[in-house]
Amino acid sequence: MAHEELFKGYEQTLPEHILKDIRENLPDKVNKAEVKEILEITQTEFDAALVDAGEAVGIVAAESIGEPGTQMTLNTFHFAGVAEMNVTTGLPRLIEILDASAAPKTPMMEIYLKAPYNKGKDIKKIAHKIKETKLKELISEFSINVLESWIAIVPDKKKLADLDMDIAKIKKLIEKGLKVNVEIDDDKLIIKPKDETLSEMHKIKEKIKGVYVSGLKTINHVLPIKREDEFIIVTAGTKLQDVLELDFVDPIRTTTNDVKEIASVLGIEAARSAIMIEVLKVINSQGLNVDIRHIMLVADIMCVSGLVNGITRYGVVSEKSSVLARASFETPLKHIIAAALSGEEDKLTSVIENVMLNQPIPSGTGLPKLMMKD
Amino acid sequence: MADVYVNSKFVGTVDNAEGFKKQIIEERRKSTLPYLVNVQHNEKEDAIYVETTKGRARRPLLVVREGKPIITDHHMKQLERGELTWSDLVKQGVIEYLDSAEEENALVAFYESELTMDHTHLEISPLDILGLCSSLVPFGDFNQSTRLNAGSKNQKQAIGFYAANYPVRMDMDVNLLETPQVPVVQTMMHKVAEYDKHPSGQNIVVAIMTYKGYNMEDAIILNKGAIDRGLARSFYYRPSTSEELRYTGGLTDEICVPDKDVKGYKSEKDYRFLEDDGIISPECKAKEGDVIIGKTSPPRFLSSMDEYNLTSNTRRESSVALAHGEKGTVDFVLVTENEEGNKLAYVRMRDQRIPEIGDKFTSRHGQKGVIGLILPHTDMPFSASGITPDLLFSPHGVPSRMTIAHLIELVGGKVGALAGRHIDGTTFDGETSDDLRKELLGLGFRENGSETLYNGVTGEQFEAKIFVGSMYYLKLKHMVANKLHSRARGPIQLLTRQPTEGRAKEGGLRLGEMEKDTFVAHGASLLLKERFDSDNTVVPVCESCGMIAVHNDFKNQSYCPVCGENVEINNIELSYAFKLIVDEFRSLGINMKIKLENKY
Repeated sequence: MAHEELFKGYEQTLPEHILKDIRENLPDKVNKAEVKEILEITQTEFDAALVDAGEAVGIVAAESIGEPGTQMTLNTFHFAGVAEMNVTTGLPRLIEILDASAAPKTPMMEIYLKAPYNKGKDIKKIAHKIKETKLKELISEFSINVLESWIAIVPDKKKLADLDMDIAKIKKLIEKGLKVNVEIDDDKLIIKPKDETLSEMHKIKEKIKGVYVSGLKTINHVLPIKREDEFIIVTAGTKLQDVLELDFVDPIRTTTNDVKEIASVLGIEAARSAIMIEVLKVINSQGLNVDIRHIMLVADIMCVSGLVNGITRYGVVSEKSSVLARASFETPLKHIIAAALSGEEDKLTSVIENVMLNQPIPSGTGLPKLMMKD
Repeated sequence: MADVYVNSKFVGTVDNAEGFKKQIIEERRKSTLPYLVNVQHNEKEDAIYVETTKGRARRPLLVVREGKPIITDHHMKQLERGELTWSDLVKQGVIEYLDSAEEENALVAFYESELTMDHTHLEISPLDILGLCSSLVPFGDFNQSTRLNAGSKNQKQAIGFYAANYPVRMDMDVNLLETPQVPVVQTMMHKVAEYDKHPSGQNIVVAIMTYKGYNMEDAIILNKGAIDRGLARSFYYRPSTSEELRYTGGLTDEICVPDKDVKGYKSEKDYRFLEDDGIISPECKAKEGDVIIGKTSPPRFLSSMDEYNLTSNTRRESSVALAHGEKGTVDFVLVTENEEGNKLAYVRMRDQRIPEIGDKFTSRHGQKGVIGLILPHTDMPFSASGITPDLLFSPHGVPSRMTIAHLIELVGGKVGALAGRHIDGTTFDGETSDDLRKELLGLGFRENGSETLYNGVTGEQFEAKIFVGSMYYLKLKHMVANKLHSRARGPIQLLTRQPTEGRAKEGGLRLGEMEKDTFVAHGASLLLKERFDSDNTVVPVCESCGMIAVHNDFKNQSYCPVCGENVEINNIELSYAFKLIVDEFRSLGINMKIKLENKY
């Protein structure tokens, strides 16, 4: 590498990846003076791009996301054709992400596939493998004989074949799931419950309908779609861990919109970028434009503790050290009483409590302090 | 077998439902059943609903039999001669009222020409679908429905001539237009409602053009010359009242000029308008602070010692004075008695309101706007014939709102003014714009209403032809004089020591949470502190216990109620609201201590 000694001097002041970028993109014929100039300009540009100490980045981020947020719609959009596949977008979705609520209203996955399958090979079969199938979807006929007290079901043979199932396997599934005796009679399954009352019979009938047959639980719908000459599977319902373990799935690109699930399966760093991606998705879908650095800051704040914390009184706000700051944001009584019981001390180190006491806030021009010589 | 319900109660069944329904209707038309009865045959449920209860919205329609309305030319002539009345027609079954249920069985024609054998009723007038206020909008069928709504809503706020006996009334907040006019472009409803007896606007010349941006965003520009000639001038009346209340112990208030030794005596100057009876005299020009009705009241608590040991007057001052920002001329004084026999004094103030920047005006099409500029007559654009518009309306207000009727009224008003007649703009059957345009052409003007105008300042001819016409404009009761408010210093609240709220209390303008955030975002730390200094206080704090100490002004010495005098006590500056919340916490049993530390 040419002029490496010049780069050495900048290792302390410029990030590694910027230096790497310069090294890789330097033209072959470049003299020492030119390299020096490039590095000097890069340094000034980098310094100018840095945020000044005491800059209220949090407030600016909040305003920058909040102001366009007022223009967002409250609609959820519906996919045409596919039954009940709709997506929460706009403000409700944004609130959902930032509050870090337990599960999204419309959980969704985008499953990418490995080489032969992503060109459409066995796509239907794969989709069926992922989708949770319950017995009711396979049954073509149902009958209850009250006198002899048995229930007969006739499974749809074509659907069975689609799933690589046969009547014997169904028998086993029912026996395992309900702990009842099942007999095979030609293409019928006869179930004889131990309790013969009519109401019990009906209960068992409902239970039979819900017997799990195949696929991943909680994934209710699958929709194979083509995206840029590649087949992917979009699902309603998520189960990240199990999907990633499937051998035909590309585990690197496959994602879910459930931030908490990502945090538990892939860890906090993945959750941080999931928050960023999901917030950005909402903002872009509304045709708004917010600088990604504001969203990065919010995602950072939500993830610093190692767990995903929502911007709520139970999440980020409860982490604040100041009693007055916490009390100023929802449920003041709770915080004041707790503080009084434990004799908490408020050092008045952040913004809001200083506004309350009418003191200069320690931010912006209020941050620098005088220091005496010696 | 159809079930029959009378007023939603099941009473029995009937075999021939349709026949039964028809019979009831026939009986009603013959007046053997009261005209208030309505009947519906619900074919889906196979049920008959007969309703006689109150609270159903009903509307009148002409009865149609075999494709022809029962009403005849004979009826019409009788009506004209006054031999027949509306209720006669109802009795004869010519007109009947349907409720919403019976309407479901009816087929109503809009116009007589549309009648077929299937129709059961005919609309008396297509205008029937509109209410009183909406019918007052001319050419309403050319407006978007939302604009029709807005237009009729605006008319309710218009200043006009609300009652002929206004001089002897004591209504609150009255606005009266000085020279109201009857609209040139009218609807049928104007005649029906006798609008000429209580008009609320003026016919003015309007040009649709911009002028140096002073009519952006729905603003309008008014001609100073027109205002000087009396355009849209109005009076604002506001009565004040005071009562001589009686208290226990035979004490009463007294309406009089208060003595100088009365508690709370203002100053001699404030009472200067009062006559010997203690009431201001008519036609006095009073300003804020001037007393209108002088009154004294007996002392509030007889137990209060200092009111006993003085032998002189211990009465309180309780006069009525003009509040902050109010002014006016005394219009009318009334002295009377109320039901309890107490003396009652009324003083009605009058204030002339000449249009000024910020006053609100509207046409009858929901095109409301605020005056953005009052232009001298000499600077107004003018036409070859020397006409200057009274008002410049921005063309940007038209495309998105689609108030076509606004434009038609402009042409209609022009034709009416030139031909010297009223234009019929009744919704659904007014004069057509084609006819109006032809007539305008005949009167020697360009058919489309546009004219060549000249720049009032330079005299140059405008490149574009300007659409000029005459239309009815309304002055709305929202005037800046009643809303303008500002404050630098002023009254504060007793509890929090923060500025009061609202114009009436000369309040401050709140710098709220989000506004505060903008200061934080700019890092303007000390500026933010200064903005919130309104309730700043200096409080002595005891360094040993952290509680707020007491300062003795006589001895110029501070002491702590808990630790005594021999502790270090320092003064700190903080917001009074915080001191208050500390006290409130203390009252709840939470002792919040303040630990002091050197700032440097």
